[in-house]
Amino acid sequence: MNAGVLVASLMVASVPILLAALGELVVEKSGVLNLGVEGMMIVGAVTGFIAAYHSGSAVLGFVGGAAGGAALSMIFALLTQFLMANQVATGLALTLFGQGLASLLGQSYVGQKPPLTGKLPFGPLADLPFVGPVLFGHDWVVYFSVLAVAAISWFLTRSRGGLVLRAVGENHDAAHSLGYKVRLVRVAAIGFGGAMAGLGGAYLSLVRVPQWTEGMTAGAGWIALAIVVFASWRPWRVLMGAWLFGGISVLQLNMQAAGSAIPVQYLSMSPYLITILVLVIMSSGRSRASLGAPASLGQNFHAAR
Amino acid sequence: MERRTILKGGAALGLAAGIAPRSLLAADPVKVGFMLVGPKNDTGWSQHHYDAAMKAKEKLGDGVELMVQESVAEGADAERVMSQMALGGAKLIFATSFGYMDSVQNVAAKFPKVMFEHATGYKTAPNASAYNARFYEGRAVCGYIAGKMTKTNKIGYIGSFPIPEVVQGINSSFVNARKANPAVEIAVVWISTWFDPAKEADATKALLDQGCDVVLAHTDSTAPLAALKAAGKFGFGQSSDMAEFAPTPRLSSIIDNWAPYYEERIKAVIDGTWKSQNVWYGIKEGMVGIGEISDAVPADVKAEAEKIRDGIAAGTVHAFQGPLNKQDGSAWLKDGELPDDGTLAGMNFFVEGITTKMPS
Repeated sequence: MNAGVLVASLMVASVPILLAALGELVVEKSGVLNLGVEGMMIVGAVTGFIAAYHSGSAVLGFVGGAAGGAALSMIFALLTQFLMANQVATGLALTLFGQGLASLLGQSYVGQKPPLTGKLPFGPLADLPFVGPVLFGHDWVVYFSVLAVAAISWFLTRSRGGLVLRAVGENHDAAHSLGYKVRLVRVAAIGFGGAMAGLGGAYLSLVRVPQWTEGMTAGAGWIALAIVVFASWRPWRVLMGAWLFGGISVLQLNMQAAGSAIPVQYLSMSPYLITILVLVIMSSGRSRASLGAPASLGQNFHAAR
Repeated sequence: MERRTILKGGAALGLAAGIAPRSLLAADPVKVGFMLVGPKNDTGWSQHHYDAAMKAKEKLGDGVELMVQESVAEGADAERVMSQMALGGAKLIFATSFGYMDSVQNVAAKFPKVMFEHATGYKTAPNASAYNARFYEGRAVCGYIAGKMTKTNKIGYIGSFPIPEVVQGINSSFVNARKANPAVEIAVVWISTWFDPAKEADATKALLDQGCDVVLAHTDSTAPLAALKAAGKFGFGQSSDMAEFAPTPRLSSIIDNWAPYYEERIKAVIDGTWKSQNVWYGIKEGMVGIGEISDAVPADVKAEAEKIRDGIAAGTVHAFQGPLNKQDGSAWLKDGELPDDGTLAGMNFFVEGITTKMPS
């Protein structure tokens, strides 16, 4: 089995969940729980596909995917931040709505082919053993997703904006009394989360499959949600988690193709087992804080209270 | 009968001044339910059932009203959907996935006056038929072409679940690929779903990474063909012709041709001649079709593949013909012996030469 190809394909396979999970991480860090990731992903997959198909440009397709996801997330923002709807229920509804909307939008695009997203040209570097396929054999979105991890990590821990965002997520009343615009911060975070989920969806329909089919996200949004918890709300751990999930799903297919004797069911369930294990270990600590969950997660904020 | 229908009938009676015969007034359309496991535009399995239903309706005209429910999960949801169709007045319900089998049996017992048709299963009841196609006959043709077209002597196969229908296909592909090319090997990947384009694409890539250069799929989307196109390798259409991928990567295809059967069975309900049955039709009856073999296949291979197709239709060639051993080396078929339908329908073993172990 060629280890380089394997690592390279796990990096590609984990891009959609990585992008979506990064977006959701920022949303949750601002104290909002948006369970509509799956819906935003699939809408991003279809709007990205439509944009790429009509413009003939894959890059514009990704812009379209991000815009589609962000647009859908604004419905969530309106309902939860201004109309004070319950976040869990609204998020679930958003997923159902997004799936229906995506099938409607995508009806006449089934079976069409999108413009191709090529690998970045690294010349002879791509031919190096192991390092070639792993570091120099990808399309730009893969590099973008890793850069996004670094950028978000820097933003959350090193920048003033990130500090405000975290303050809003930890204690919205305190942040409000200091004069920060809780709602504005949260709406911006929700929009960012939607755009990232849309990008993840667009990666599915433009690169990984690449075509539009109804229901194509097939639960990737839920895995992204799980990864955020698994990573205890830390960006670099999100990257680890996404590679673990993506890696195991690719590895089990490759092991089957290579004729391995290990029953595939063990491999398929291992990421979930690890998630449970990590949760148990981390939550056996003193409090919820040891898990890293933002203290105001899922609570609506009203200035009058 | 609802009050509105009675009123309508009454109005019609009044208009016709009481001279219209009673039977004309009773001509309410027959409601026929179709339950699909995937979206009706999945470009594969479910779309093909849906298109066949539409074709049958076109032929039968206004006398038929369709109730279609797509993306119904196998399990409790399926029972709920079928019960709802039955309560909604459906006279005949088609359940078009293997996993609906027990649900069909349960609901059929509750609604003895409603007729059921279950695709690819084997359980029947007085008001529930089973119908299936001999997909493995089509696999024999595709397997032969795959054996001739592979340069690495390694073909890949994406399986959904290890059920007899899929196992028959793998065995048939392999046996006939070996006829074409004795050095050929097969790698099997199970993905535990009928429809997940991303996973199907990943599985295809995994098989390509392992050195396969022709990949057959027994799943429902066109994702494997899209991945094969990107890699410049070969595959086959599955369920529907998938001609948009011809001439490469799609070399040929196995087409499920349900429409004539649907028309026949709906008509039987209208005429009151419907009887429970268990049919298994193949290339001969036209339920399994072989798509146009593309120009990427050399002419002699194409001619040989067509000879296999026609031979199966005529009954002179068989997908499985002895001598054949099971994977563990024990004898299955003696020289010249043909398997009986019972063994085929319950096939749960690989033939000799396949190295992948059957999942337990």
